[in-house]
Amino acid sequence: MKEIVCKLLVIGAGPGGYVCAIRAGQLGVDTVIVEAGKPGGTCLTVGCIPSKALIHAAEEFAATQRMLAGKNPMGIRVEGASIDLGRTVAWKDGIVGRLTNGVSGLLQKARVKIVHGRAHFRDGKTVEVETETGQQIIRAETVVIATGSDPVELSNLPFGGRVISSTEALSLTELPKKLVVVGGGYIGLELGMAFAKMRSEVTVVEATPQVLPLYDAELVRPVMRKLTESDIRVLTGAKAMGLADNGEALLVETSDGRRESLSADRILVTVGRRPRTAGSGLEELDLDRAGPYLRIDDRCRTSMRGIYAIGDVTGEPMLAHRAMAQGEMVAEIIAGKKRAWDKRCIPAICFTDPEIVSAGLSPAEAQAQGYEIRTGQFPFSANGRAMTMVSEEGFVRVVARADTNLVLGIQAVGAGVSELSAAFALAIEMGARLEDIAGTIHAHPTRSEAVMEAALKALGSALHI
Amino acid sequence: MGEFIIKMPDVGEGVAEAELVEWHVKAGDPVREDMVIAAVMTDKATVEIPSPVSGTVIWLAGEIGDRIAVKAPLVRIETAGEADEAQPVQISQARVAETTKVEIAKPAPAAPAPAAPAPAAPAPAAAPVEKPLAAPSVRLFAREGGVDLRQVQGTGPAGRILREDVEQFLSQGAAPATVKNGLARKTATEEIKLTGLRRRIAEKMVLSTSRIPHITYVEEVDMTALEELRATMNSEHREAHPKLTVLPFLMRALVKAISEQPEVNATFDDDAGIITRHGAVHIGIATQTPAGLTVPVVRHAEARSIWDCAAEMNRLAEAARTGTATRDELSGSTITISSLGALGGIVSTPVINHPEVAIIGVNKIATRPVWDGTQFVPRKMMNLSSSFDHRIIDGWDAATFVQRVRTLLETPALIFIEG
Repeated sequence: MKEIVCKLLVIGAGPGGYVCAIRAGQLGVDTVIVEAGKPGGTCLTVGCIPSKALIHAAEEFAATQRMLAGKNPMGIRVEGASIDLGRTVAWKDGIVGRLTNGVSGLLQKARVKIVHGRAHFRDGKTVEVETETGQQIIRAETVVIATGSDPVELSNLPFGGRVISSTEALSLTELPKKLVVVGGGYIGLELGMAFAKMRSEVTVVEATPQVLPLYDAELVRPVMRKLTESDIRVLTGAKAMGLADNGEALLVETSDGRRESLSADRILVTVGRRPRTAGSGLEELDLDRAGPYLRIDDRCRTSMRGIYAIGDVTGEPMLAHRAMAQGEMVAEIIAGKKRAWDKRCIPAICFTDPEIVSAGLSPAEAQAQGYEIRTGQFPFSANGRAMTMVSEEGFVRVVARADTNLVLGIQAVGAGVSELSAAFALAIEMGARLEDIAGTIHAHPTRSEAVMEAALKALGSALHI
Repeated sequence: MGEFIIKMPDVGEGVAEAELVEWHVKAGDPVREDMVIAAVMTDKATVEIPSPVSGTVIWLAGEIGDRIAVKAPLVRIETAGEADEAQPVQISQARVAETTKVEIAKPAPAAPAPAAPAPAAPAPAAAPVEKPLAAPSVRLFAREGGVDLRQVQGTGPAGRILREDVEQFLSQGAAPATVKNGLARKTATEEIKLTGLRRRIAEKMVLSTSRIPHITYVEEVDMTALEELRATMNSEHREAHPKLTVLPFLMRALVKAISEQPEVNATFDDDAGIITRHGAVHIGIATQTPAGLTVPVVRHAEARSIWDCAAEMNRLAEAARTGTATRDELSGSTITISSLGALGGIVSTPVINHPEVAIIGVNKIATRPVWDGTQFVPRKMMNLSSSFDHRIIDGWDAATFVQRVRTLLETPALIFIEG
């Protein structure tokens, strides 16, 4: 097959890779993108989008269950409700299909050439792709590695049979009666809560003393309460030891050293993700690593000239929007523009019930960095809109420098707070002070008023509390 | 206690080994993850090598100046216990397993440190490293205008840098108090760290000029006959042949002159006090690349036809410019040609490519009036500015060599005559 020679080769069409390719194409850079699966990567096909579809479906169903049980305070009663997970998954697949087609269309519109197959480095400038029609050699002046990440497997609990990763969990057509989730991070809790809402009996096994160890205890508390209310059993400080001999239960060692056998139809292992660097010839390039990840500088350059890396393969936080911003920046650098990574914050969201958002520094992080801080926290129980939506749990918290009132971080926990993340990140990127947020009119009645009130509270002049 | 072996990474395309230029640690030192432990250098770049793990250094592969093969063990680090996360352990175990098979040529230079201190204490909480406070649009404006925001005083709330502050900063240099006749003082300075090829060039130049007493000898050469011959050869040139410049003729002339004066085609190991005269004529061609000066080497010029010399030189120059030249192609020369002819210039003082003993500099060909005994005639004249290591080559011999090259170039048929 004829060799392809191009200016830019992007390996991996996940959110980092496809954004990079689209922007490069728009800027007139001769670009080729290689993808082994569907364009969209983990995010679109087995991550963000499918999980949010499933979580939404589960919540809709849970609402009917509350109505059925006579627990709906608005006076709505239903006579019966059921969920057909097969149809739910088909609906979810429809959304994924629309989005992946959309990405293909955008790539074509930007005149990016798409090559389907698995890429393998021959050297730093040459890549072999095994396509359906044979081997394709691609030579590029510049290469962007955007190969993403895979779920981590536990050696004593390998994937297969009842043991599944988040990928399989998103395509189950039959509801597991008993689901054990190993790993109480955000992926495990999001999916665990969704399955509990669809009436699976869920147990979460977490090795550390707290679920969602990346968030502070205050933010996690409303989620913990909801876990208890949903009859999800949470074993913290517990270790998964392996399958029972009959293969139908998980053996765990609890925090007090007891052994317990948890029978399970499915065991969902969500103990993290690792960079996808194996099998693509990346080892031979021997790029510098930062731990297991590719080491990059503030322009996403690796240790080899002409090779950039973006997204999960470069480490935490493994978030689609970080990869997208990196991809856009790298494309512009390759097109000759002056760019460097100068973001102040990367907001992170946990789509549990209630949701958690964090942008910038938490109070503890700010103090650890040597800041004198003031904080302001406003509960949704004092927010009118939250009351009308029967979800008053949670709060918004603002962290600011004590001397200048410069906003260092904003966090929130509560229903629907993910949509507030844009306001949090904007305030931090713009260098807002508490007075800027407090002095901005926040429309009534919305949950966003809690942001303004939290800023007022930090200034010592909250109105509604 | 686990052991982690850091191997020499592949620091560049085609480089088989790299030179240790700096150790930041010694045996017994505690290291933190990501701490730079060593710097290694190839012909192209200096690369810093970080530690992927925390622990205590127990073995170093060599001393500064040693060349270590790519993938050979570089440092061994004793790590504190088996980490309990699955991921890093898998990788480190894999690496150890892979590397313990490698025979280690050198014994450890130092015994493991006695009672190494406990794993490095966590870094003290440093004072907050402030990023310049500015909105994204202002950051972009500054970056595109080449302004380092850390230099800009912000006048906005909480010291935020506004677009106006950047504009003010930009106009400071151009509009000081005294604006006479549009000239202005500029006070900005820019610090550029010497790295990679530039550092290598700097070190090499210091080595050459500090160790080698140069004698530079300039002679003019009448190139008229050679230029006619060259024009003819090029006009009749066939597809298979590259276009000839002056350099291939000079290369062949050097081969011929060297056969009579082998002392100029030599390398001098001044530490050992040994001069090595080379049978092979490997001619380095000083070449300007985007990254700086490199010297690709036409090997065995004595066994190449003039066409072959030209083709090889073209290929190497292109490889050097695109950064795809291999280490072998960038080293091992026995004599060097430096040509600045394209830029003009009458005389240059070329610096010898250590450890060689001679370098031939080519200046621009210009039509100049020459007295032929009865009248001035226009002739195509070119100066050769050549430097020799005066420790090895006497002035008389240097002049004899250059005069021989001159004769060959002025009567180019001699270049092609056997014997």
